[in-house]
Amino acid sequence: MRISPKKSQIIAKTLIWAVAVIVILLLIFIMAYILVKGLPTLSWQFLSEVPRDMGRSGGILSTIVSTLLVTVVAVVVATPLGVGTAFYLTEYTREGRVTRIIRFCAGALAAIPSIVYGLFGFIFFVIYLKLGWSVISGGLTLGVMILPTIIRTSEDAIRAVHPMYRDVSYSLGGTKWQTIVGAVAPSALPGIITGVILGIGRCVAETAAVILTAGSALRMPTSLFSPARTMAVHFYILAREGISMERAYGTAALLIVFILIINVAANILLNKFVAKGR
Amino acid sequence: MCALIFSMCLLSACGNKTKAGIIVAGSTSVQPFAEALAEEYMHLNPGTLIDIQGGGSSAGVMAAKSDTANVGMSSRELTTEEKSLWYVEIAKDGLAVIIHPKNPIANLTMEQIRGIYTAEISNWGELGGSNSSIHVITREEGSGTRSAFESLVMGGAEITPKAMVQDSNGAVRQLVEDDPAAIGFISLGLVNDKVKALEMEGIAASRENIINGSYRLSRPFLFVTHTEPEGDTKKFIDFTLSAEGQRLLAAEGLITTGKES
Amino acid sequence: MNNLKEKLIGNGFFLIALSTLSVLALITVFILIEGVPVIAKVGLFNFIFGMKWAPSQGAFGIFPMIVGSVSVTVGAALLGVPTAICCSIFLTEFAPPAVSKIVRPAIQLLAGIPSVVYGFWGLTFIVPAIRNFLGGPGLSVLAGSIILAIMILPTIVSISEVSILALPRQYKEGSLALGATHWQTIRSVLLPAAKSGIMTSVILGMGRAIGETMAVIMVLGNAVALPKSILDPARTLTTNIGIEMGYASGEHQQALFATGIVLLVIIMLLNSAAQLIVQRGRD
Repeated sequence: MRISPKKSQIIAKTLIWAVAVIVILLLIFIMAYILVKGLPTLSWQFLSEVPRDMGRSGGILSTIVSTLLVTVVAVVVATPLGVGTAFYLTEYTREGRVTRIIRFCAGALAAIPSIVYGLFGFIFFVIYLKLGWSVISGGLTLGVMILPTIIRTSEDAIRAVHPMYRDVSYSLGGTKWQTIVGAVAPSALPGIITGVILGIGRCVAETAAVILTAGSALRMPTSLFSPARTMAVHFYILAREGISMERAYGTAALLIVFILIINVAANILLNKFVAKGR
Repeated sequence: MCALIFSMCLLSACGNKTKAGIIVAGSTSVQPFAEALAEEYMHLNPGTLIDIQGGGSSAGVMAAKSDTANVGMSSRELTTEEKSLWYVEIAKDGLAVIIHPKNPIANLTMEQIRGIYTAEISNWGELGGSNSSIHVITREEGSGTRSAFESLVMGGAEITPKAMVQDSNGAVRQLVEDDPAAIGFISLGLVNDKVKALEMEGIAASRENIINGSYRLSRPFLFVTHTEPEGDTKKFIDFTLSAEGQRLLAAEGLITTGKES
Repeated sequence: MNNLKEKLIGNGFFLIALSTLSVLALITVFILIEGVPVIAKVGLFNFIFGMKWAPSQGAFGIFPMIVGSVSVTVGAALLGVPTAICCSIFLTEFAPPAVSKIVRPAIQLLAGIPSVVYGFWGLTFIVPAIRNFLGGPGLSVLAGSIILAIMILPTIVSISEVSILALPRQYKEGSLALGATHWQTIRSVLLPAAKSGIMTSVILGMGRAIGETMAVIMVLGNAVALPKSILDPARTLTTNIGIEMGYASGEHQQALFATGIVLLVIIMLLNSAAQLIVQRGRD
């Protein structure tokens, strides 16, 4: 029996709608579950006090600070390298063997699982460079991890800049550097920042690589060489060890709120950029 | 990149100079107790910083030996080779074999537990329980709790590779809480009312029975240092062994020898 | 003067670009240095095809974990790929613009949620459901596949969506003008034309699945034996590292780095396959 095209269209359409609706419901369910369980825990006290008794009581301030510190180190390291590489690829070379190799490396870096970054960070930063389990080891590891994200988004952003900007700058006698600084960079900036924000999102959400490089000490970090426990690691330990489900949900809810803000910010910037680029 | 590496080396050099305080690393079984001790100690002695890190017993002993940490924590006996280091027993920890509270079984022999963990016994029915397959949970290779269990219970027999592996006491307990057919082993101090600790050959897993030696599943918690401790490290270890420190450990569920308290 | 400055700046950028290369080299070298000695000692064949993993006895065989990694990844692909392709068709062809405007970023948001949260969610809902309705301990290949399928959804949806959107409008218009229905157009014109993009997205999604650690540790059970059914617990290459790294020292630690090498090789093969498909698609 052959199904008429019209019938098969109806079946396919229903199926695809159904799948899409299920996925959307699932998404809402995952988010809502964590938020409903966790948001009531969020209070000024929870945010402003350091954890006590292994996190059973007190707040999560030290893990928030650790997360911020680790992320800042990662961004400070990865942004100049990533954006610089993107400018090199777009402005300083023609497509050729060098760009292909560099792009292949960036692709390979993007594909490496975070646990392998963790292994690398552990053996290189923690052991070989003797930085120990610390904010700096964790930050540098994450910096390497987000490098490919920043390269790719920056490269896309720079390529999307209308050639007119360059032409005008060159025709006014600008040098390459002046053109980059004065004409290309400003218009590519929102795209570049989007890349950095996405990188921040990955840092905040990462667990495997951080646990091996920044350690899991709950104390407030006092320097870049203090060991640190980020929020994602704190959530993992609280939930896994069954120390305090209430606080685990609270931490997870705050993480999701962070990720939400990061995503919205990236989207707004990206839309602005697209609007401007055209 | 060279500049980056160079500056990192520079940073690390400064870092080593400014590093202060006591670093305690090792067994994740000892870690929560050490954290409790450290919290109290830092409260009493403001200005001293104590960092507690996990890493496992072997890593802890290694860290003490290589001076990466001031104090290593071990939740198993030291090997002959490791005994060249300075060490002290801070408390004893019981090992409880736990099952779901709904499981009718309350008492097993050492033999039976060994049978379960070698997968010779694979159904609760064989032990007089309900007819369901046994979900065996163990700890990961390298864990002090696992090696204590292996030497106390398994006696050279191998834990079945089919056993599920979890990487902490808490995770084992959570699974047993959820699964009526599960069996696992954890620190006695972490047993709560959502799991049931099995009697071993008729003897309950309790503090008294461990102290009088009738319940045989226990292991030492050790603090290890490279050489005879001094300075802040000595003060912290002395605090741990003081009446106050021992009371704290006992309150957290460990078995203190009773000398000080 | 200006020329010299320009030249210096150019060289500066070149050096920065080299950093990507050197970072990759550094990672590879350090993981190799740590891992190769154990492989050399055990023998490559024994390491990869060995059935027994018992580091305390010096037995380092990771075949069960390779099987574990492959089976959860294939499971995730079987569940996730059709779902993801449906979602991307929905977003590009069926959804009213207002709906896709909300759904698109929402699916992207899924990509940002920490993997530990997925793992925990799976432990709370998927694992008990499997234990109660299908039997077994609940922690299983199936649970891992379901969680990973959800986690790779955003990767596959966004890339295949872009590749469908990138098709020339004439394809669709021509097909519709010839009297094909909307679905016939999608099935026989759009999907085949976007094939290389969709394939790439699937491979990248599988790469993500095979590399995921924390979520899988929580729901997979981590047993070192070969799984016999999808309801059995299993261990992947990543969870082998994740669960034992905290405790390992000496040769055991090196064996975990060696596991990392095998993982890297698999990932690089997948990645090269993806790049090859992209290049073919371009030609």
